[in-house]
Amino acid sequence: MTRLLTVENLTVGLPQGADRPHAVEGLSLHVDAGEILCVVGESGSGKSITANTVMGLLPKLLPVKGGSITFEGEDILALSEEAMRDRRGRRMAMVFQEPMTALNPLMKVGDQIAEALAVHGRGQDAAKRVPELLAAVNLPDPASIARSHPFRLSGGQRQRVMIAMALALEPALLIADEPTTALDVTTQMQILRLVREIQSRQGMGVMFITHDFGVVAEIADRVVVMQHGRIVEQGAAQQVLNAPQHPYTRALIAAVPHGDAAARPAVSVQPMLEMKGIEKTYHRGGWFGPKATVRAIHSADFTLFKGETLGLVGESGSGKSTLARCVVRLVEPEKGEIIFAGEDLRPLSRTGWLPYRKRIQMVFQDPYASLNPRRKVGDAIAEGPITYGVDPAEARARAAELLRLVQLDPSALERYPHEFSGGQRQRIGLARALAMQPELLIADEPVSALDVSVQAQVLNLLADIRKRLGLTMLFITHDLRVAAQICDRIAVMQRGAIVEIGSTAEVFGAPKHPYTRALLDSIPGQGWTPPDLSRSA
Amino acid sequence: MELSRLPAYLAGRLVKAAIVILAIVVCNFFLIHAAPGDPASIIAGQSGSADARFLEQLRAQFGLDQPLYVQLWMYLKGVLTLDLGFSHRQQASVAALVWDRLPATLLLTGAAFIFAIVLGVTMGALAARRVGTWWDSIITVLALAFYATPLFWVGLMLVLLFSVTLEWLPSFGMMSVGVEMSGIGKVLDVGKHLLLPALTLGLFYVAVYARLSRATMLEVADQDFVKTARAKGVPEGRILRRHILRNAMLPVITFAGIQAGQLIGGSILVETVFAWPGIGRLAFEALLARDYQVLMGVFFCTSVMVVLFNLITDLLYAVVDPRVEVS
Repeated sequence: MTRLLTVENLTVGLPQGADRPHAVEGLSLHVDAGEILCVVGESGSGKSITANTVMGLLPKLLPVKGGSITFEGEDILALSEEAMRDRRGRRMAMVFQEPMTALNPLMKVGDQIAEALAVHGRGQDAAKRVPELLAAVNLPDPASIARSHPFRLSGGQRQRVMIAMALALEPALLIADEPTTALDVTTQMQILRLVREIQSRQGMGVMFITHDFGVVAEIADRVVVMQHGRIVEQGAAQQVLNAPQHPYTRALIAAVPHGDAAARPAVSVQPMLEMKGIEKTYHRGGWFGPKATVRAIHSADFTLFKGETLGLVGESGSGKSTLARCVVRLVEPEKGEIIFAGEDLRPLSRTGWLPYRKRIQMVFQDPYASLNPRRKVGDAIAEGPITYGVDPAEARARAAELLRLVQLDPSALERYPHEFSGGQRQRIGLARALAMQPELLIADEPVSALDVSVQAQVLNLLADIRKRLGLTMLFITHDLRVAAQICDRIAVMQRGAIVEIGSTAEVFGAPKHPYTRALLDSIPGQGWTPPDLSRSA
Repeated sequence: MELSRLPAYLAGRLVKAAIVILAIVVCNFFLIHAAPGDPASIIAGQSGSADARFLEQLRAQFGLDQPLYVQLWMYLKGVLTLDLGFSHRQQASVAALVWDRLPATLLLTGAAFIFAIVLGVTMGALAARRVGTWWDSIITVLALAFYATPLFWVGLMLVLLFSVTLEWLPSFGMMSVGVEMSGIGKVLDVGKHLLLPALTLGLFYVAVYARLSRATMLEVADQDFVKTARAKGVPEGRILRRHILRNAMLPVITFAGIQAGQLIGGSILVETVFAWPGIGRLAFEALLARDYQVLMGVFFCTSVMVVLFNLITDLLYAVVDPRVEVS
């Protein structure tokens, strides 16, 4: 095999005042033509920096301090800016993580692909190539897609457009920076297959950055594991996946939600929450525009028993968050009954609702956005109880206790949210919800924004707290592996309806609905059973 | 937005615009009538006779003895047929007075508007492109100075420099007095007169646009799609023009719509300083003379302009940004 890219002893600096002196230190790796190299690591491990250095896209703040990068026999660190620009897009191309923002919103997608051809002197082929490329990434009706603006396309479609654009000039090297992280699980599987297929058809070298070992198992030929800017382990995919050597790799693999559902005993038969005939429809348009209606929720009945954890699983737009928000009246449904502890909450007035606010609490997805940046953590946690008449001193004492419960130091009371990492903030969010001593906790994708090892910690914490406090929990997630780990029962949602509901073992072991089966088949890394590292780790 | 939906959208917006203008007319009417003083006695005072019988006669003649709602109804009927009333002071119909002055104001504000956008956006783009260098600092300081300096003072200083000291440009009026000119000579003459007032009126907005476009360009330059463009090998100049500038123009368009409306009102001061025969000066004179009919006419005219410019802005926005839905 021909050696395409060799990175030797690369060191990239960080600006002064960062938590470590180098973003990447002494990094050596290589990519051959026709292979897929997965670079794995958690956020901040330097994997994206490595990719951007190869592409010559590093921000000026981050200087290359040493090492060499050889691409197709040339030392590309020595190339001029213009020579580098000429190689970008033509010989090496890149696909980014966030398909929603990676395309220019004001330009038709066909024009954006054509631009890639035009800037490398192949503009005359655009009329022929653009539909070909869009067809090659399995987009239906390429001609009309080419005329669309990005906002008309879904995330998966946009990512396909990005891949088509990257392939426009048949580059030798494709760098994909977490290209499926922002996508739904079924879309992720399609994109992974697409990358595989194109790679083998064109014999490209692919550098695929990911944090998900399931994805690695699905796609990688070789694996590089990074931590704190250094490579801690590299080798053939089978070897790293099944016999990891470095403790960090072992920890990462051990933290992967394994997705096998142990049978759990039924918790109780006393219903805590019953949703009956809930309907929510969104209308758009009016006056002069065309009208459109979206049935966000219909036929989504479920019963949540006291002390159990029910998972609401579905892809984006399936209505799972809307349904959960109906329970706490962040969304008001038009029809149906929300029976909580024997009382229908839907017809209650604002004041009638007040006593229930305390009993039902919610933890949100984004740990960065769900805490007020200008309030101290202690105030954020104590605020709820104080508004319900708890003595401030007592509320703060209780806040300190809660911080201990979520395994944070009570000194956190006097600090601001920005001083904490994502996982710590999610714990603070949890402490805030628990401060109200709720009976029902609604967790809306509480671990989706977290790294896999942090995710495992937060999930363990949730399981532990739930057991200790006897909480009932409605757990919303798009990740079946996470649901398997924490839920007693699972409800699968699709287009506003619950299509299947049953115990976790049933849903995983004998899925009845085709959509459930499709979801299960899309879990990356099906063929790989993570090695049991618990004994030796 | 798809062009096929444009007519329906436009029709809807025009209906709303008409309702807004009607509301403004009613508000203006009550505002003027809330002002103290009896219009009849003002007219009488101006014609030099103020006996009670004459006043009665005047009131009856102009419907001032009718209840307020009848007066409003009469005024509204007039507005609908573009009859804005009669100015006794100027002995001319208000519509004719406004119509006569409108072109001068539109010329002045239009010139100031274009000057502000072109210079402001250029400065902003330059500063954003070379952020952190002395280019950036100079432009930022200049913009701050334009922003902080009062309009009339800038006008006076410009007159002092270019008209009095250097004697390059005329200091007042719209055309040279007593000289018959036509064709290109006339255009040049008006252009020379236009330069200083347009500059004065536009400078403040130059600063606003420079700062606004600098900030939005820096923001857009950080967005993912710019990185995508770079990753496909688009040269920097083209990235700036086709990706950054176009996206950064969206807030500028929004602000330009607001400014277009404000300029007409803001031109009162500049028209007065430079003796520019526009609507602003008409309004100022009418105010001093308590010529309420003219004042209401000017208000009506400017409100139509503001609504019109808002409509144009929204249309432009919908054309530039495909994401704007008809709703």
